[in-house]
Amino acid sequence: MDILGGLANGFAVAFQPLNLLWCFVGVLLGTLVGIMPGLGPPATIAMLLPLTFKMSPAGAIIMLAGIYYGAKYGGSTTSILLNMPGESASVVTCLDGYQMARKGRAGPALGISAIASFVAGTFGVLGLMLVAPPLAKLALSFSSPEYFGLMALGLAMVVLLAGRSMVKALLAALVGLWIASIGTDLFSATSRFTFGQVELLSGIDFVVVAIGVFALGEVLGNLETREGVQMLPMPRGLLNLLPTLQDLKDCRFAFANGSVIGFLVGVLPGAGSTIASFLSYGVEKAVSRRREQFGTGVIEGVAAPEGANNSETGGALVPLLTLGIPGSGTTAILLAALVLWGFRPGPLFIPDNPGLFWGLVASMYIGNVMLLVLNLPLVPLFAQVLRTPSYILYPLILGVSMIGVYSTSSSLFDLWLLAGFGLLGYVMRKLDYPAAPLILALALGNDFERALRQSLMMSEGSLSILVTRPISAAMLSLAVLVLLIPAFGRFNAWRLRALEQE
Amino acid sequence: MEGKTRNTGDIASGLALAALGIAVVVQARRWDYLGPDGPGAGFFPLWYGIAMIALSLVVLVSGLRRQSAPAAQWGKSGRALSAWLAFAAAVALSKPIGLLASFALLTFFITAVLYRRPLPVAAAVAAASTLGLYLVFPLLLGMALPVGVLGF
Repeated sequence: MDILGGLANGFAVAFQPLNLLWCFVGVLLGTLVGIMPGLGPPATIAMLLPLTFKMSPAGAIIMLAGIYYGAKYGGSTTSILLNMPGESASVVTCLDGYQMARKGRAGPALGISAIASFVAGTFGVLGLMLVAPPLAKLALSFSSPEYFGLMALGLAMVVLLAGRSMVKALLAALVGLWIASIGTDLFSATSRFTFGQVELLSGIDFVVVAIGVFALGEVLGNLETREGVQMLPMPRGLLNLLPTLQDLKDCRFAFANGSVIGFLVGVLPGAGSTIASFLSYGVEKAVSRRREQFGTGVIEGVAAPEGANNSETGGALVPLLTLGIPGSGTTAILLAALVLWGFRPGPLFIPDNPGLFWGLVASMYIGNVMLLVLNLPLVPLFAQVLRTPSYILYPLILGVSMIGVYSTSSSLFDLWLLAGFGLLGYVMRKLDYPAAPLILALALGNDFERALRQSLMMSEGSLSILVTRPISAAMLSLAVLVLLIPAFGRFNAWRLRALEQE
Repeated sequence: MEGKTRNTGDIASGLALAALGIAVVVQARRWDYLGPDGPGAGFFPLWYGIAMIALSLVVLVSGLRRQSAPAAQWGKSGRALSAWLAFAAAVALSKPIGLLASFALLTFFITAVLYRRPLPVAAAVAAASTLGLYLVFPLLLGMALPVGVLGF
């Protein structure tokens, strides 16, 4: 199926009334989640995942993806009005966005953020549409050693950029691998780490861990304080939200910069939207004629990072859908969602499920338009969400988490596991162990082990198969190089600077 | 050295993860490492268990060395841990009194105790939130939740 044919088919799927509704629900929820500090897209998608089991897979993936990219739009509102990122990808937007708001230009800052998000978000979907099908064809020649190399590289990248301490990030990933190996062995009937519990024979449900570590962990962390937030005045009226022609002219390069950098960074596993927005801001500042004014309320300092973090979404879906390799906590949950609905992301995903892939692509075009329409005139209304009292919000998150987990298995045992993983998520935050490597390793754990063991079966036990095949050798060499980065002072300083932005 | 302390969080987590790594290795050694068809059930856990021990020792040693790196602040954790205990209690009560009733109690506790809202406000928040969840999940989506002696 060619691209235009695929896209036409995709629009036929995405324009079905129910799918349009799910797209709207997704982007609306995403915007709200993005606005609320302390509740991120991974937690929300994990919480809502069990509710999607009764939906059609197309409607479900359209809605969950809507939450994913919608949150990127919403995050800027909090950055600009509160100087506090609604979600981590919007952290760089605080630098100039909040300064613009302090100078009475909150409206144009919010407006340009929505416009840049729309332009770059649409570019990201275009990139996904053009890059994913040929990459999937290329990946058809991959076998177990190549997949092992790819997954090792993906995990290494996440470990590199997930936390200040790479040792802790690696340990988090190893704990994820351990949780993934709980249950019956992939190739034999051996039960591993089940501690005599029948409930553990089929393993620990990914949803339980994801909701526990992300949603409960976040809520417990936020419950440490009782303080509310102080918001800058919100501009009223659509005209006050629109940037001037001069503003748009100033942002021409920022739109292009954010779009391209965001997409390219998104394709790389592990880098994520925070790094994309940070890099894009850095490039914008480096090439600007008024670079000394950055940080004081320069409009392109808002447009570049906001564009990058939206374009990154399209990029991040490329390795997820074509190789089955997620690059972040959120895409790991999307991978788990696809697997739970009975799909197998990888080279055959697009040819086997053209309606689902192209429906998702088309829905992202539609969703970006919806978000622009929602975010320009309605942003003052959305900002009111920030006034929701925490004592209403947090118990509701806990309640939805309990119901979500119970609904997957109808097992009270899983609720106890949820409590346990919630505490683990909280303690990890306190001790600076990043959650993303754990979730990614958990999502990839079984495939990672399967690829390794199948490779060794192919080679009759010789590890040389991993380094004699060019693609797996290249991937594994890159993974080793990535893990050695802390040994090189200059690169490690860059890594730490990038992480400080988070 | 002034201002430099041992990081107790790193020490505790290093010890805990080293213990987990040892347990993984001990268990993995009881399973097949290599069989006639290739690697057995113990192959993969053995290697990540060894890696876990090695890396947790790095964390442990860095925690033991006096350093100026900021350690975790546990001063505000009382509220979070109280909330977690309340959540665990709600899980325990889900079977005898039902999931929605235990959620109502959890909400009441968080609102009244952790946020110090007046009792009538806390009761109203708990009732409204529970009603909201009931309308969405059991009623609208037809989900079956644990029902206790109270019948809901």
